[in-house]
Amino acid sequence: MELLYFAWLREKVGIASETVPLPDGVKNVHGLLAWMADRGPGYAEAMKDLSVVRVAVNQEFSQPTDAVKDGDEIAFFPPVTGG
Amino acid sequence: MAIRVQTEDFDVAAETKALVTGNTNIGAVVTFTGLVRDLAGGKTISAMTLEHYPDMTETMLAKIETQANERWTLDASLIIHRYGRLKPGEQIVLVITASPHRQAAFEAAEFLMDWLKTKAPFWKQEATNEGEKWVAAKVSDDDAIQRWRETSPTKITNAEG
Repeated sequence: MELLYFAWLREKVGIASETVPLPDGVKNVHGLLAWMADRGPGYAEAMKDLSVVRVAVNQEFSQPTDAVKDGDEIAFFPPVTGG
Repeated sequence: MAIRVQTEDFDVAAETKALVTGNTNIGAVVTFTGLVRDLAGGKTISAMTLEHYPDMTETMLAKIETQANERWTLDASLIIHRYGRLKPGEQIVLVITASPHRQAAFEAAEFLMDWLKTKAPFWKQEATNEGEKWVAAKVSDDDAIQRWRETSPTKITNAEG
């Protein structure tokens, strides 16, 4: 799957995108977020307060129970501030 | 409906003319232009940098277009959103809606702006003399988009104006 990071999540993680295989046991957005937080200090810092983390699966806003699978484009970003 | 995400500035009059020329069914055109302010939370801003997620903007636009057309009879509409580094006073966003009558055009323009504020994947970073800081989302913007869910989606077609 392709993981994308935007705004301060990109800064904390340290990269804008990466390709990773679907982690063992991860079935949905909730599971993916838990896995992300364990990947290292930058990831842990980025995922520290999930109330300000939004996740888009294949370019659509997701819910924690939404399924994720290999090949998905998954983006992590703060609440949007455009307009 | 079209959306353009670009670094360059835009000309409101030229965009409006291009959008409505040739369609004499249009009786009302509403334009909204957002500008970069020099003050936020009591601090002076020297510049604002916008980051965005282009593919998601395009995916979401198809949905918002469907929603807008279910509610209002629109003959034409256009969104331009800039990204990159902007200075106070510069134009940042443009929404144009065109309809036979004014009520649909006014309402649709507000709806599209509320959508941009709460759903479109853009992020602002403000530069002040204390450094650069990502802007936090506003609860008032979430409240603004909610009101479109509360009203019934009766299509406005016959309000004179």
